[in-house]
Amino acid sequence: MRFAAQVEVRLRPGIADPESATIERALPALGFDDVSAMTTGRSFRFEIEAGSGEEAMERATALATRLLANPVMEDAEVSVSARGGG
Amino acid sequence: MGPRVGIVVFPGTNCEHDVAAALALVGAEPRFLWHGERTVGDVDAVVVPGGFAHGDYLRPGAIARFSPVMEAVGTFAVSGGPVVGICNGFQVLTEAGLLPGALQKNRRLRFMCTPVVVTVASDRSALTDGVAVGTALTLALNNFDGSYVCDRAVLDELRAEDRVVLRYSDNPNGSIDDIAGICNEGRNVVGLMPHPERASSELIGSADGLVLLRSLLSVAVG
Repeated sequence: MRFAAQVEVRLRPGIADPESATIERALPALGFDDVSAMTTGRSFRFEIEAGSGEEAMERATALATRLLANPVMEDAEVSVSARGGG
Repeated sequence: MGPRVGIVVFPGTNCEHDVAAALALVGAEPRFLWHGERTVGDVDAVVVPGGFAHGDYLRPGAIARFSPVMEAVGTFAVSGGPVVGICNGFQVLTEAGLLPGALQKNRRLRFMCTPVVVTVASDRSALTDGVAVGTALTLALNNFDGSYVCDRAVLDELRAEDRVVLRYSDNPNGSIDDIAGICNEGRNVVGLMPHPERASSELIGSADGLVLLRSLLSVAVG
């Protein structure tokens, strides 16, 4: 079966996030002085062949933690869903 | 013949010739190691130089660590061979798990290209052997992801085991504990963000990097 996987990689809490801080600092100039708690991250989408949803989740999680995220500073959130017609 | 130093070249590496020239100045016999090779050959030391290995795609060093040569570099390191990662090379060594921690974006998202003063924090590493603790060195900093980060347990370990090798005198990038360079448990693998090879002659502003490269060579030939 083919599964669609999505991996969201974000900086772990407590790790300095200069990108988000820079975006947030720019916002008041655009009139958005009501925005706070900005975070940024990266999103990865791919398809994966697996025998079950559980297996797809396991493979996608392994890929996410071994390559897509650096566990020293990033967390990965993984989700998978079955592709229609699989 | 001087000590043979292998300089790893990935697609996107751009400091290999500077490193080779600086090493030759202090008497080494540099040779380039293409990233696709599966061996480091009969070298006495390995340098992973700066640049943008594999375009720095995903994260600096994230793809480079899968290059065939890195397995050989890992084996060489485990056997006690001296390995130094400079700038992008430091990032590659952390991604490869040869050094703990990671390098993240500089504080305030600044690309830094500037001389920087670092002080020697430990004289027990392949890069600082015989260099007195407290020695101030002016080296060149040139990076975007140069802010060293690690968890509390790793930091405590680095401090307790005297494995912080270099510290910034005036922390330019938000690195935890002012860390500019560290070494592994065996003290033979060293990573640092500033470039010693770009401080190899008074003509280019500083020759302070030579003392580090000399240390590497003396450790390399034991």
